[in-house]
Amino acid sequence: MTIEIKMPALSPTMEEGTLAKWLVKEGDTVSSGDILAEIETDKATMEFEAVDEGTVAKILIPEGTDEVKVGTVIAVLAGEGEDASAAAEAPAKPEPKAVQEEAPAPESGEPTKMETGARNLVASVEKAEIRDPEVPEGTEMVRMTVREALRDAMAEEMRTDDRVFVMGEEVAEYQGAYKVTQGLLEEFGDRRVIDTPITEYGFAGVGTGAAMGGLRPIVEFMTFNFAMQAIDHIINSAAKTNYMSGGQMRIPIVFRGPNGAAARVAAQHSQNFAAWYAHVPGLVVIAPYSAADAKGLMKAAIRSEDPVVFLENELMYGQSFDVPKLDDYVLPIGKARIAREGKDVTFVSYSIGVGVALDAAGKLAEEGIEAEVVDLRTLRPLDRETVLKSLAKTNRIVCVEEGWPTCSISAEIAAIAMEEGFDDLDAPVLRVTNVDVPLPYAANLEKLALVKVEDVVAAAKKVCYR
Amino acid sequence: MAKAASSKRSSPEKDATASPPPTPNRPRPPEPKRHKADKAEMLEYYRQMLLIRRFEERAGQLYGLGLIGGFCHLYIGQEAVAVGLQSAMDFSKDSVITGYRDHGHMLAYGIDPKVIMAELTGREAGISKGKGGSMHMFSVEHKFYGGHGIVGAQVPLGAGLAFKHKYAGDGGVCLAYFGDGAANQGQVYEAFNMASLWALPIIFVIENNQYAMGTSVNRASAEDQLYKRGESFRIPGLQVDGMDVLEVRGAATTALEWVRSGKGPILLELKTYRYRGHSMSDPAKYRSREEVQAVRDKSDPIEALKRELEKAGVSEDELKSIDKDIRAIVAESADFAEQSPEPDPSELYTDVLVESY
Ligand SMILES: Cc1ncc(C[n+]2csc(CCOP(=O)(O)OP(=O)(O)O)c2C)c(N)n1
Repeated sequence: MTIEIKMPALSPTMEEGTLAKWLVKEGDTVSSGDILAEIETDKATMEFEAVDEGTVAKILIPEGTDEVKVGTVIAVLAGEGEDASAAAEAPAKPEPKAVQEEAPAPESGEPTKMETGARNLVASVEKAEIRDPEVPEGTEMVRMTVREALRDAMAEEMRTDDRVFVMGEEVAEYQGAYKVTQGLLEEFGDRRVIDTPITEYGFAGVGTGAAMGGLRPIVEFMTFNFAMQAIDHIINSAAKTNYMSGGQMRIPIVFRGPNGAAARVAAQHSQNFAAWYAHVPGLVVIAPYSAADAKGLMKAAIRSEDPVVFLENELMYGQSFDVPKLDDYVLPIGKARIAREGKDVTFVSYSIGVGVALDAAGKLAEEGIEAEVVDLRTLRPLDRETVLKSLAKTNRIVCVEEGWPTCSISAEIAAIAMEEGFDDLDAPVLRVTNVDVPLPYAANLEKLALVKVEDVVAAAKKVCYR
Repeated sequence: MAKAASSKRSSPEKDATASPPPTPNRPRPPEPKRHKADKAEMLEYYRQMLLIRRFEERAGQLYGLGLIGGFCHLYIGQEAVAVGLQSAMDFSKDSVITGYRDHGHMLAYGIDPKVIMAELTGREAGISKGKGGSMHMFSVEHKFYGGHGIVGAQVPLGAGLAFKHKYAGDGGVCLAYFGDGAANQGQVYEAFNMASLWALPIIFVIENNQYAMGTSVNRASAEDQLYKRGESFRIPGLQVDGMDVLEVRGAATTALEWVRSGKGPILLELKTYRYRGHSMSDPAKYRSREEVQAVRDKSDPIEALKRELEKAGVSEDELKSIDKDIRAIVAESADFAEQSPEPDPSELYTDVLVESY
């Protein structure tokens, strides 16, 4: 039996990769577990192992080839008792293009491009456009990912302040589970970039104690799902101490890490904790969308005298944005930003939801509805003024949130609009959020569960009575 | 601060069975003996381990084809642990709980590969109706209680299952697996204390596969001889060669005798090794290819048992036919998992709460 070896997807987001190196050659026999090749994905270089046994009959994609689409046949294996040279002739020429096109119902064995909710969110972000009115005209911009922006912000602050250090699981030698701390160990050494055991409650407490003692810790949670193990220290130790000590004891700490849904990781690993933390007096809560905001606000968070919960988003890490090339780009905490101007309806959102809101605004513009998009950026303290000003202009609010609706940031916005902007409202405030269920694993259900652009568009039309 | 890698770490094949020094004035279980299995029994272990290996390889392949998403942690290399331990359990009354690296434990408990694979692909026929995925699988019917994604959480949960066994007097024992990384979570020690204080019928099993993601044991553990971790709670610990299914089975017998006789919990540290990356997206740059290859060459649990079977007179043909059967079972489960339909959209709203209010 001839076995086609296909370019594998080695991460849920990988669509193509580089075939960096072949570790077998034609004529070699391989068995399950042998490493066939090294493949560079969007995140790392991975080894690709054989599953079947046989002889390498033909290598179809030479090493060093870039942009090999997932699913492309890269080699052919002759099964046991089969003539390798015959097998090499047998298969049809590989057609890398075939997978690129939206395949009709894929046959078994064909790569299935998974339609997931997470993928749709990312697609919105990729489509979305933002402008940054705060940067002086003529400022030079550099394109960088959110991941790089966060790393640069930490590195810059560490260079100027020896009290700043980073601790967390896999932050040092592994370069971060999501590579946000890449290169920090090399530059700052293991005094300041510290791998912890898997013990969130413990190291969140150690970090908080170090802040009490005068240091400025950045505590990374591999994801905020695991910070639930540590929430006692975040809230009871970090958030309340300044108050309880009558202002004597400060906790200048940053708790950071990815928050919200990632792709297909199911209920325990896909939660948005924004509303949980934003509920607590004594904390500052930041959830940026763009790379520029991630950088400017991370620097501000590290410099703040208060405990900051800094909510990143895994799906955003690889997204690129323009970031001002300034020596010291720091943004004010507690200030929302207009990510798109409009006059008919206001979308209020934060983090990845901003991409969804912007995408919806683009679609609505085609139908003559001009949506204004407010990116909250800081969730506590919340910039009520910017929200209310936008409401006064458009008279309508639709909240967009990748998270559950009940007791959410959206619920807070609705309350603010009602309490302080009632006279400006021409329609009820609507919330477009995830469905109120734990996040399911199945691709189709995940898609149904996450916030959707179409629903934002529909809500906007509803409040505009269109 | 961060401890530099030292030479303290030992390779899994060496000193895996070093016996712990007895603590004076405390009863201790006897040294486990390597299990004496007859040919039929060995063939059964071989079959089960091979099923896990081939199943996991296939799961890895389906991940590469985009049919499995999210996090997928493979059990390749560790097969002897689940098979050796669970073969000693009484399926009718004992319970099992583990973390997210759970496919092997389910297969070793005789759960249908088809519904496991269908869960991995997120289909309606999956054991959690496609809603849990690789990390979150359960079978109450088999007293398999998960499948938990939060590192360490399964340890107190396991103590709770043991609490139930004692409370109900059902004679059952809980087998609670966790990793060397999980062994540093505080809740593990809270559970140790209560389990010992209340003499709960539980076997704590540390599957020490040497790495927690990218962190080797000795970079994360001040005491890296993990079998000693129960000592201050008066939980005796045994270190076991987790690459030898008969050693594992022998230790299981000793542990079960101890726990079933009402002496309270026991701790087993199984020295094992994971061949693949932590999950499918781990490039595994924290160890050398040679290190992995050396374990594969010298200590592979399946190869070792195969040699033993050959010595016992099992023919190559017989082994080949087992291999063929297993491949067929795995192929069937993969086909099933690919062809089963996705869950009905209405499933999004079911199972959130049990009752209606
Ligand atoms: C509380 C918590 N922290 C972090 C993680 C992320 N995480 C998942 S697996 C893992 C490594 C665990 O290693 P170990 O306990 O040795 O088990 P193994 O994966 O080797 O089986 C980490 C850090 C998590 N799931 N839960």
